[in-house]
Amino acid sequence: MKHLFLSLAATLIMTTAYAEPTATGDLGLVIERAQGSVLLVDQSDRAALARIEGLGDLSHASLVYSPDERFAYVFGRDGGLTKVDIVTRQIVNRVVQAGNAIGGAISDDGQLVAVSNYEPGGVRVFDANTLEMVADIPTEGKTIGLVDAPGRRFVFTMWDTGETWIADFSAGAPEITKILDMGKNPYDALITANGRTYITGLFGEDGLTALDLWAETPEPIRVLPNYGRGQEEMPVYKMPHLEGWALTGREFVLPAVGHHEVLWIDADTLEETGRTQTHGQPVFAIARPDGRQVWVNFAHPLNDTIQVIDSVSKEIVHELKPGPAVLHMEFTPRGHEVWISVRDANKVMVYDTRTFEKLREIDADSPSGIFFTARAHRTGL
Amino acid sequence: MAKFGHANIGPSSKRSLPSALLTLAVLVATSALAADVLDGDTLKRLVHQDCGSCHGLSLKGGLGPDLRSKTLEHYDAEVLTGVILDGIPGTAMPPWRPLISEEEAEWISHYLLEQEAE
Repeated sequence: MKHLFLSLAATLIMTTAYAEPTATGDLGLVIERAQGSVLLVDQSDRAALARIEGLGDLSHASLVYSPDERFAYVFGRDGGLTKVDIVTRQIVNRVVQAGNAIGGAISDDGQLVAVSNYEPGGVRVFDANTLEMVADIPTEGKTIGLVDAPGRRFVFTMWDTGETWIADFSAGAPEITKILDMGKNPYDALITANGRTYITGLFGEDGLTALDLWAETPEPIRVLPNYGRGQEEMPVYKMPHLEGWALTGREFVLPAVGHHEVLWIDADTLEETGRTQTHGQPVFAIARPDGRQVWVNFAHPLNDTIQVIDSVSKEIVHELKPGPAVLHMEFTPRGHEVWISVRDANKVMVYDTRTFEKLREIDADSPSGIFFTARAHRTGL
Repeated sequence: MAKFGHANIGPSSKRSLPSALLTLAVLVATSALAADVLDGDTLKRLVHQDCGSCHGLSLKGGLGPDLRSKTLEHYDAEVLTGVILDGIPGTAMPPWRPLISEEEAEWISHYLLEQEAE
């Protein structure tokens, strides 16, 4: 009955305020970390449309979209999982599912939403419609690098134990495959857009570790075993993110840990093909969707700067200083523009990626992650 | 006087020696480094936003441990200051000495110990 009432109320609001049906394909949400709100934005109009409040602690928050690009599932640091309807611009459901969460993923069929938790360590999986918990997978460790993989699977890794687990939900109850010995203190992981390669960055030892998810029995594959934080360990002021796994033609680009550089890796052989020296310790290295450019932002205290690397020459071709605390970048799906969150300027800035001209500044309250709805159709995002 | 003072830190029963040191630090900062005085708002922002990358915006913990005052209360301020400045080898806690002064680290350790319980 309550549901019916809400639907009716929503319908009335819709009818009065929006005579046109809302198309969501060029919309997005920006996390406003200070006050626990998200800002609904429109790519085409380069504008904010609405603020949706009441999502709890959104420091280090992220979100995924339902396949129809209507609902966002927002993962808050406080363990909150909030389902937001971006058509009616309201929260439709919210559960606090753990004490301390770090990220989430949605299954390829859009029916399951998984959340990775630090406390209690593990992964919990929810029905995407009702947010009722359908599986609880304790891991006895802080869980990082949770991604969706084709075949109704989720893959995730433990910081403490260095294990990667594959949870296969294709037959209903999850079937867990455990891969041991991924390396010491994996800090983040990613999956390639084709769903084949899962790779973890290591904090506690040199190199990275990859898994071929097409293999019958995936085995850890060491990548760049001689690359590390060096003899004198470099202090790391912010763990890099690997979500923006940048594929540029035949190479991947990864932020190095502790070093002022990004690493280039051949996508087929996983051999190193080059390094590019950068302004600071990279946090995100994200390729423009066509792969021609890689945009890099940096850790404190050099986090006012972005560098743009040409993926053919591997040279820095442009540098810009959007403002204090650049936290995230999101390209429009075809890459003509990039949206950049500048936390301490309380702005989202929109740039043309060819001329580097700033096109717009949009007010936002301590903005961090920017998520366009086109992510709904990409594995691993 | 520097922008921050005792009123900003709040009363505490266990501040005799550290408090004296802090006062001294403030005096030193004020007199010797007049152009570079401790700025409580900036340091608070550093704690919540940058320490918060690992310890959480509200310091409840993340990849790094919980830093709320009730968790830290059995540590001396000097110990915390040392950890902030020199990190903990073998863990992800980096040394902040390249980025902040000893006085700033002392300010932060007192701030952490004297936060209001939520």
